[in-house]
Amino acid sequence: MLNSFDILETIRMIQEECLDIRTITMGISLLDCIDPDIDKACEKVYNKITSKAAHLVEVGEQIEKEYGIPIVNKRISVTPIAMLAAACPNENPVKFALALQRAADTCRVNFLGGYSALVHKGFSAGDLALIKSIPEALSVTQNVCSSVNIGSTRSGINMDAAKIMGEVVLESAKITANRQCIGPAKLVVFCNAVEDNPFMAGAFHGVGEPDCEIHVGVSGPGVVRAAVAKYPDATIDELADVIKKTAFKITRMGQLVGARASKMLNVPFGIVDLSLAPTPAVGDSVAHILEGMGLEQCGTHGTTACLALLNDAVKKGGVMASSNVGGLSGAFIPVSEDQGMIDAAKAGTLTLEKLEAMTAVCSVGLDMIVVPGDITPETISAIIADEAAIGMVNNKTTAVRLIPAIGLKQGEMLEFGGLLGSGPVMPINRKSPAKFISRGGRIPAPMHSIKN
Amino acid sequence: MRAVITVIGKDTVGILHKVSGICATHNVNVIEVTQSVLQDMFAMIMMVDISGITSDFSALSDDMAALGTAEGLAIHCMHEDIFNSMHKI
Repeated sequence: MLNSFDILETIRMIQEECLDIRTITMGISLLDCIDPDIDKACEKVYNKITSKAAHLVEVGEQIEKEYGIPIVNKRISVTPIAMLAAACPNENPVKFALALQRAADTCRVNFLGGYSALVHKGFSAGDLALIKSIPEALSVTQNVCSSVNIGSTRSGINMDAAKIMGEVVLESAKITANRQCIGPAKLVVFCNAVEDNPFMAGAFHGVGEPDCEIHVGVSGPGVVRAAVAKYPDATIDELADVIKKTAFKITRMGQLVGARASKMLNVPFGIVDLSLAPTPAVGDSVAHILEGMGLEQCGTHGTTACLALLNDAVKKGGVMASSNVGGLSGAFIPVSEDQGMIDAAKAGTLTLEKLEAMTAVCSVGLDMIVVPGDITPETISAIIADEAAIGMVNNKTTAVRLIPAIGLKQGEMLEFGGLLGSGPVMPINRKSPAKFISRGGRIPAPMHSIKN
Repeated sequence: MRAVITVIGKDTVGILHKVSGICATHNVNVIEVTQSVLQDMFAMIMMVDISGITSDFSALSDDMAALGTAEGLAIHCMHEDIFNSMHKI
């Protein structure tokens, strides 16, 4: 029997502590849309997405009303487009991006991810053409997201790809300079990319996945912050327990919504991604959880330890709440999307170096960080290589989503608005890594990749 | 199948009447009501049976939301599964 305390607790979480389902993401395989005629392929892509996801938004809205829980985003992820582009060698892959945008408009989804290439060991047909087309693709579309996997624990880091991605990120910012440099905000460079991630901008539908499936990404930094705030004098292990219990409850929401959506859409249920994803809304900040644990401001000494505790407790609480946990699962630290991080970066407490250390223990990587517009492509490549090295050696997913703010100087603010928030231009190290980046080649896989 | 309707706001005459009136028009049966008035704040948790509902569940929750807006009350109408899944293992 339900008791009124439980009922009111759930309602308080939703109304006051910003608990929401961050996204339901439909993964759609496009492998059966490959065609040597790019126009035919685009038509097949459009038709397949719009038929599979025809009711996605409608079902999402219905579930929102049924359970009274907001589902903030409805999204689609697709097979990495480089695999389709491989069949059309002399064509501009941007045509695919436009087809994806048309499909996203028809389905009314917020984002569509999968303008992607997986090049962790090398480039196959289609990969290079797609990667080079990313800046154009992101500038002529609004809702299409792109990602490139340049490294993995099993294969090492493709430094040629890291070099190119530095140029692609910068170019992407330059051609969208009149639109708050929005291009690179939709582009993620991964090491150890996961195939069932429902979160943007890095979502794509891996080749090992079924034809079509539903993933759910839950959120709830506000709920965890409120729970932590209730125990100002608890010891660390007591605090870990509180976070675990809260994560369990949050994840149960995701499991419920995912199972319901899967049934209503008649599509198999993939995974729940139990990530704490902050938003710029007041009270929905991961940085504030860390500060609630006892740091004066996020970014000071102790931040990495607090984040490690948080990330682990979230996973432990979440795994029991869901039949299939996957995706990135942990705590996200996107600077521009988190009010606490924005404040800490403005104050100079949170630096790029500290963020890099934090990425070794959080679920993803250097995310939504605004850097000066006069950054060199080699420096971006080197930041990507550093981050990929952390992921490769620690057997975890890491990612880089940097936004070079063209025309802005250190300390100025770049405003995106909406979920992407705003970020101060953060200082970078100006010494050149150009010689290292120009070498090219591949960083060999670490010793512990040899597991068989 | 059951749903939970919660109403919180300033106490006025006829809140319970209006909420249960909407239930009746949708053929939703009220099973249990817990209600209290503290100073002039009205708080109610109502458990209803929706197995005989004659409309979409979303129509019921839309009507409740409209009543809430009109009367200045916070009314939430949620399927019981959300509470069961969150609070029971």
